[in-house]
Amino acid sequence: MGTHLPATEFDGTAVDDQREADAEAVMGEPPAQMVQLLGPDGKLGFDPVFSEYAEKVTPEILRGLYADMAAIRRFDVEATALQRQGQLALWVPLTGQEAAQIGSGRASRPQDYIFPTYREHGVAYTRNVDLAELLRQFRGVSNGGWNPKDTNFHLYTLVLAAQTLHAVGYAMGIQRDQKLAAAQGSSGEAAVIAYFGDGASSEGDVHESMVFASSYNAPVVFFCQNNHWAISVPTNVQTRVPLSNRAKGYGFPGIRVDGNDVIAVHAVTEWALEHARQGKGPVLIEAFTYRVGAHTTADDPTKYRQSAEEDAWRAKDPLARVEKYLRNEGLADDAFFAKVKADGDELAAYVRRTTHDLETLDIRSAFANTYAEAHPLVAEELAWFEEYTAGFEGGDQPAESSGQPAAKAGH
Amino acid sequence: MTTMTIAKAINEGLRETLSSNPKSLLMGEDIGPLGGVYRVTDGLIGEFGPDRVVDTPLAESGIIGTAIGLALRGYRPVCEIQFDGFVFPGFNQITTQLAKMHARSNGNLTVPVVIRIPYGGGIGSVEHHSESPEALFAHTAGLRIITPSNAHDAYWMVQQAVECQDPVIIFEPKRRYWLKGEVDTAAPGRAGDPFKAHVLREGTDATVVAYGPLVPVALAAANAAEEDGRSVEVIDLRSISPLDFDTVTASVQKTGRLVVAHEAPTFGGIGGEIAARISERAFHSLEAPVIRVGGFHMPYPVAKVEEDYLPDIDRILEALDRALSY
Repeated sequence: MGTHLPATEFDGTAVDDQREADAEAVMGEPPAQMVQLLGPDGKLGFDPVFSEYAEKVTPEILRGLYADMAAIRRFDVEATALQRQGQLALWVPLTGQEAAQIGSGRASRPQDYIFPTYREHGVAYTRNVDLAELLRQFRGVSNGGWNPKDTNFHLYTLVLAAQTLHAVGYAMGIQRDQKLAAAQGSSGEAAVIAYFGDGASSEGDVHESMVFASSYNAPVVFFCQNNHWAISVPTNVQTRVPLSNRAKGYGFPGIRVDGNDVIAVHAVTEWALEHARQGKGPVLIEAFTYRVGAHTTADDPTKYRQSAEEDAWRAKDPLARVEKYLRNEGLADDAFFAKVKADGDELAAYVRRTTHDLETLDIRSAFANTYAEAHPLVAEELAWFEEYTAGFEGGDQPAESSGQPAAKAGH
Repeated sequence: MTTMTIAKAINEGLRETLSSNPKSLLMGEDIGPLGGVYRVTDGLIGEFGPDRVVDTPLAESGIIGTAIGLALRGYRPVCEIQFDGFVFPGFNQITTQLAKMHARSNGNLTVPVVIRIPYGGGIGSVEHHSESPEALFAHTAGLRIITPSNAHDAYWMVQQAVECQDPVIIFEPKRRYWLKGEVDTAAPGRAGDPFKAHVLREGTDATVVAYGPLVPVALAAANAAEEDGRSVEVIDLRSISPLDFDTVTASVQKTGRLVVAHEAPTFGGIGGEIAARISERAFHSLEAPVIRVGGFHMPYPVAKVEEDYLPDIDRILEALDRALSY
């Protein structure tokens, strides 16, 4: 690890605040009002709209949300370790964003469809995606790893923001299905969530997806995790206004929520999904959160941000505040937290055990899955490959130093 | 048999698709009340309504990206890109998402999206309205690329594309939209497989391979060559990916000489791929190098000089002369 930049060099949070103040002064743009129900002090606040939704989070549900956040944080630690040990090619840590992901994921219903970007391991967990399968992509044995049809949780998308358009198109499909269902006397209510980040918010596809969603009043919730850093570039390079304010330009509601407050995230997402399912159109949620760790295991945040900023956000930890609340209210005891820890360790052990056994797909499956229907060129190249590999005595893998000429020209 | 233009044939093919497949829908800019800038979707919104014939916001990435989402939900979107040069804002969605989704999902997901693109020059238009970008898409595995050259093929190929489980791009020869031909709407006949090339004219001295807008030019060149006593076979490729090398190989094994013609620049083009594959497959049958006729390595030129750019009968005849001089 290197040393962090001196405090005088750059203070991302301060610049963010200044930019928003500028926006207000120059353009009359109001600063975002952030919905927060459970603050870092562990005390429950009130919101005129969302407290009603927060009340649905019973002590039992809240304990569950805490357990989910603890589990996915433990998983994150394990996956990072697996990468350091060479078992994964890369890992994309989520630590710090547990409340944003678990809160929103748990607010969705099985019939809703989720389009993640590539850090939504917490959302995947709420959708019952096998976390070992999720690691396939990072182990280099698959570019997908799970069947989205099993969980309504789409594959990760690595070209940023492309999935926001897929989400809107999917929502347009739901609209058409609903008309069909209505004709048959059933409701068929469902909505879509499109996840993306503050960095991806600058991509043209986000703009186009919001234009399409607005034009067709599509049942889609845009869930932007503003984790303050697009690898090394801070949010204020992406936007001069609070991201949630952008929704106004498209003509639908935009809400900034404390992304480290699992109760508020759950409440706001539930409200937004209900809004979308009822045919009232899209919603943009900006979950104000922080990527506590590196962008990926190949990143080094000490080169672009200071530790004081990280410390400030650690003080807003999404798990700590729930633990405070549960303990203060007498809703959970030591035994509960011990059980949560033990369950997390068990999950980590399962993931470690299973990762080692993840099957490497044969390249023949790549030939098979390039097209859904038969394709003569693919068939020809596969036939050549079979003949070529069969030509090596005692095995089907070519030795690099064999010195044998290629069997046919052009390959 | 009915006589109709290529534009009308596609219109009728789309009408048939919308009638028979309730999950199919059309998307694009100005395809509703206007019927598209070439009127290919004329009258369809009146018959099928705005949920099936969707006028979209002016955003090509948005059109392709939302079509992918609709396909994931079980729909069969047919997107119209207004002009060839306007496909590039959607290029990312086509190449990184549409082409790869099936492979990415290990075969669990299919994205049967159809993209119609009027392409090619010869209409005296402004920049970005006359290009032939098919090679850029042919290079991308996961896509299928077809291009009809006559009304009968156009009528059937658009319907076959919608039925296909893979994404299909239809490059429509825009300067031939008004070319009339006989269409058998009762049966596709030999047009049953959209990915097979057709031998349109038999010959023994040389083969000319063409597709889309240059097919009539290749046929005219073959007729002119016949007056000089040369027997030229003409193949309409019809599909660029997959490419029917079997039909081309069989022809070259008979004639020994091959000329490939397309409007797109020759460098890095489909003609180069054909030349390479045919020299591998039929080396001992070739009496001459494979000769390409195509656009120059320059941006598509201004309308007043496009006749000097576009391959015409004389350019193909000159190439035949060269092939036959060996």
